Amino acid sequence: MVVKVQAEDFDVGEELAALTEGNWAIGGMTSFVGLVRDLGGADALKAMTLEHYPGMTEKMLRAIEAEANERWPLEASLIVHRYGRLEPGDRIVLVATASAHRQAAFDSCAFLIDWLKTKAPFWKLEETDNLGEHWVEAKQSDDQAADRWKWHDREAAE
Amino acid sequence: MKILYFAWLRQKTGIDSENVVVPEDVSDVASLIEWLKERNEKFADALSDFGSLRVAVNQEFAELNAPVGQGDEVAIFPPMTGG
Repeated sequence: MVVKVQAEDFDVGEELAALTEGNWAIGGMTSFVGLVRDLGGADALKAMTLEHYPGMTEKMLRAIEAEANERWPLEASLIVHRYGRLEPGDRIVLVATASAHRQAAFDSCAFLIDWLKTKAPFWKLEETDNLGEHWVEAKQSDDQAADRWKWHDREAAE
Repeated sequence: MKILYFAWLRQKTGIDSENVVVPEDVSDVASLIEWLKERNEKFADALSDFGSLRVAVNQEFAELNAPVGQGDEVAIFPPMTGG
């Protein structure tokens, strides 16, 4: 289990290669890369600044990753999350999970990014040409995406 | 007690982190927020809507009825938007 919270960019290829290196029990790895999006239009995005809560961020990411390792038989897992000022096209986050079989890798990777969005203390400040600076509001769809993993809790309780 | 503010709460209050001595009747998250609101208009405005606030006590998410004391680290922030 690896958690990195950093201002600097990361190399996806290097990170993924390092994650599985030397572990022949791994049969598949799933990765997700989140990027700074600009949908264009009248209100073009100039930059996005990610603020976080040092200390709690690392703690929550480790807890989320531990949860994924409890729910799926993972051989390796990784979360890299950046903070600071980023521009359209920049990488924000990398999540990767590896397992003997693909389904555990697919599911746990989706779980990690869904949970991370609602449980890790990060906040996005957008800078746009017309509106200036504004804080991104949390989306209900993100809560719903995170909630779909709750059935595991119920199953575990039975 | 150490209190931290993030995102627009930091901007509205004008403070990112402070150490405060709270009165004895501040015993939980809700009473702490009520006490902070009485400080000045900036705080009253920033903390006016409970529903838009999230709180962590000692870096764990906490509900309004969670106990807080002098040695705690309390963070107040809006819902998270990472990922």
